[in-house]
Amino acid sequence: MTPKRKQRLIFVMVLIVGFGAAIGLALFAFQKNLLYFYSPSQIAESEVEAGQMFRLGGLVVEGSVVRQSDGITTEFDLTDTAGSIKVSYTGLLPDLFREGQGIVAQGKINQQGVFVAQEVLAKHDENYMPPEVAEALKATGAKHPASIPKTTIN
Amino acid sequence: MVAEIGQFTLIIALCLAIAQSTIPLIGAYRNNLSWMSVGRTAASGQFLFLFISFICLTYCFVTNDFSVLYVANNSNTKLPVYYQISAVWGAHEGSLLLWVLALAAWGFAVSIFSRALPADMIARVLAVMGMIGIGFILFTLLTSNPFERLFPAAIEGRDLNPLLQDPGLVIHPPMLYMGYVGFSVAFAFAIAALLSGKMDSAWVRWSRPWASIAWVFLTIGIGLGSWWAYHELGWGGWWFWDPVENASFMPWLVGTALIHSLAVTEKRSTFKSWTILLSIMAFSLSLLGTFLVRSGVLVSVHSFASDPARGLYILIFLAIVVGSSLTLYAWRANQFTSGGRFDLISKETMLLINNVLLVVAMITILVGTLYPLFLDALGLPKLSVGPPYFSAVFVPLMLPLVILMGIGPIAKWRRVPVKELFGKLKVLLLLGVALGIILPLAIYRDTTVMTAVGIAAAAWAILTALYAVLRLVIKRDSSTSFAKACSKIPRAMIGMVTAHVGIGIFILGVVFTSSFSDQKETSAKFGEEIELAGYTFVLESVSGVQGPNYQAMRGSVNVTKQGSPVAMLYPEKRVYTVQTNPMTEPGIQTGVFRDLYVSLGEPLNENEWGFRIYYRPFIQWVWIGTLLMALGGLLGAMDKRYRTLAKAEKKATNSNPVTQTTSA
Repeated sequence: MTPKRKQRLIFVMVLIVGFGAAIGLALFAFQKNLLYFYSPSQIAESEVEAGQMFRLGGLVVEGSVVRQSDGITTEFDLTDTAGSIKVSYTGLLPDLFREGQGIVAQGKINQQGVFVAQEVLAKHDENYMPPEVAEALKATGAKHPASIPKTTIN
Repeated sequence: MVAEIGQFTLIIALCLAIAQSTIPLIGAYRNNLSWMSVGRTAASGQFLFLFISFICLTYCFVTNDFSVLYVANNSNTKLPVYYQISAVWGAHEGSLLLWVLALAAWGFAVSIFSRALPADMIARVLAVMGMIGIGFILFTLLTSNPFERLFPAAIEGRDLNPLLQDPGLVIHPPMLYMGYVGFSVAFAFAIAALLSGKMDSAWVRWSRPWASIAWVFLTIGIGLGSWWAYHELGWGGWWFWDPVENASFMPWLVGTALIHSLAVTEKRSTFKSWTILLSIMAFSLSLLGTFLVRSGVLVSVHSFASDPARGLYILIFLAIVVGSSLTLYAWRANQFTSGGRFDLISKETMLLINNVLLVVAMITILVGTLYPLFLDALGLPKLSVGPPYFSAVFVPLMLPLVILMGIGPIAKWRRVPVKELFGKLKVLLLLGVALGIILPLAIYRDTTVMTAVGIAAAAWAILTALYAVLRLVIKRDSSTSFAKACSKIPRAMIGMVTAHVGIGIFILGVVFTSSFSDQKETSAKFGEEIELAGYTFVLESVSGVQGPNYQAMRGSVNVTKQGSPVAMLYPEKRVYTVQTNPMTEPGIQTGVFRDLYVSLGEPLNENEWGFRIYYRPFIQWVWIGTLLMALGGLLGAMDKRYRTLAKAEKKATNSNPVTQTTSA
């Protein structure tokens, strides 16, 4: 083998091993860590298996937020106006969590059909609506705060 | 009036950018010196006018000119002056103005510091930078004009997003942009090499310091962003694999590959077309990052407004830049002949593997970041790729990189016997493994396999880096003194060692903080004792405080350890007067070996609050390591040989009678 060929062989070998390893790793990690997004009405149509981790988005139903006696567990209903589901979360809620606000929660459904959230996300803008929530709402034909065009200050 | 001057100077800068991108290029093609020299003048002019434009916008902010829409949307009379200034780049339009100013600043720097470069080379480099300038100034003027008027003028501004009212955010964007945009210089050098077909050692020596400096800025920018997230978001985390973080991390990874590949190209005159490709990739990823952040396709604190026109513009611009440069690459890259040969076990191969690993890591992050967007665009089910994906892919790829990092610096070019390498490194290898096992057990009386591996890797990185420089001193001739041997170490070598030690310290911080952090989310009655990681936290009271543009509830938290006082912390819950969003401001006591971090939740009743406590060991090491990496890059770029080279070439060409010495 000429030195030049040898060098090319090294090049190609390194590339193949490197990219092969990466693809393997990526595919393996991908399968385990993809999180699907559902709306409450999709869950009502039983598109989700119990025990599967996913993201849930919707509006917090007015008057549904109940704090448990331990002080940091909160239960509330999440709706996309067509369906709704009970959500339970243990931990401090984000600053912008409030009734009527669009939020995204990540977690699983338990045996009782309650969505047990491990994480609750709400963003830092009072007009903000997570796009997933906005679209899920649009799909059910509901009007939501974010669809009102933002007016400039006055 | 001032806003109009700002707008007008922006238009003049655009005209100069057009001149800069065409005339020198034609000059280089026709070998006309006076046409080529237009590049320098235009680059200086472009910088000057953009600077005036930027000052005008700043003036509008400081004087509370709410007849300018952008000012009215992002400032307020009650906002402290330093935040009024940083608010200039607090939202989309102004941050773009900063972007183009940074680009012009780099162009100006190239025109000053590269006077010794062959005239046709600098003409091409500046022309390419001019083209990028046209793209972004047009973008600013057409879709995101910061000087747009508001009629009738607002009486009061809507205030800056409270999240951005933080010292970290004052300097984070400028640093990050200098890094992003800095890769445009390496990109311009690469395109100039493709256009001229010349890529000699002088080319490499000229482009290498620029790539290093851009990398330094990007490193600091990312580090500051992470530091800000830790201090401001109130979750005690420092990196979230958020798409916007990934957007800045991808060019960093490729930039890291680039500065290593440039080393091979300089010393061995090989890897030439690969270096060119990396230069193109680094800048393209910077543009991709800009697209992801500015188009509104991503949702995060960084995406200010979603405007499809903006997204479309950057996407088309990205397509033109990537498409044309890759076409040029495919057409011209094969003319660069490779220099020295090398064996399987050699420094070249190790740097090659380094490059492959870094690029592969970038690709896996790219896939994880873009895949959800891609599915979304096709109308397929919505999903997101969680942080565990990135950790699961990234960590295994970085481990061999760190191992190689220890071997590479002491390996010889061309060929190095395995026995020789192993002989030199076996002690350090054993020492590293021993430290990996012992350190966690000694400090925390606990460990896992992953922790031990991580700490061993960190120890290995630090030990081998120190060895690489110390052996130069230890193995000196008996005639040379210790001090002389030290002073003889090239600055590039010191830079490399500093950066590698920085990586080791960074890993140490990451591993310790992710292995031994502790946290508690609880309800706290006033006076109640809460234990965490050996510390006792007592929320004593919460009282109202009036800030300049916010009202806050401030908690007083007394922290003790076995009865002796450690710290008083004052976490706040702020409500900003204008935007009325509640904001959590944590109370943090920083220490070398651990941070104590508390933040307030919601009031549960009169004397009970939701309360979060974090114990974060070694977290400061993450940023200390990052700073060392940046310092290392800076030292490397300041190596003496770049300056002596500049002088030598200046004498040789002598076409430019200047007295300025180059230091970049």
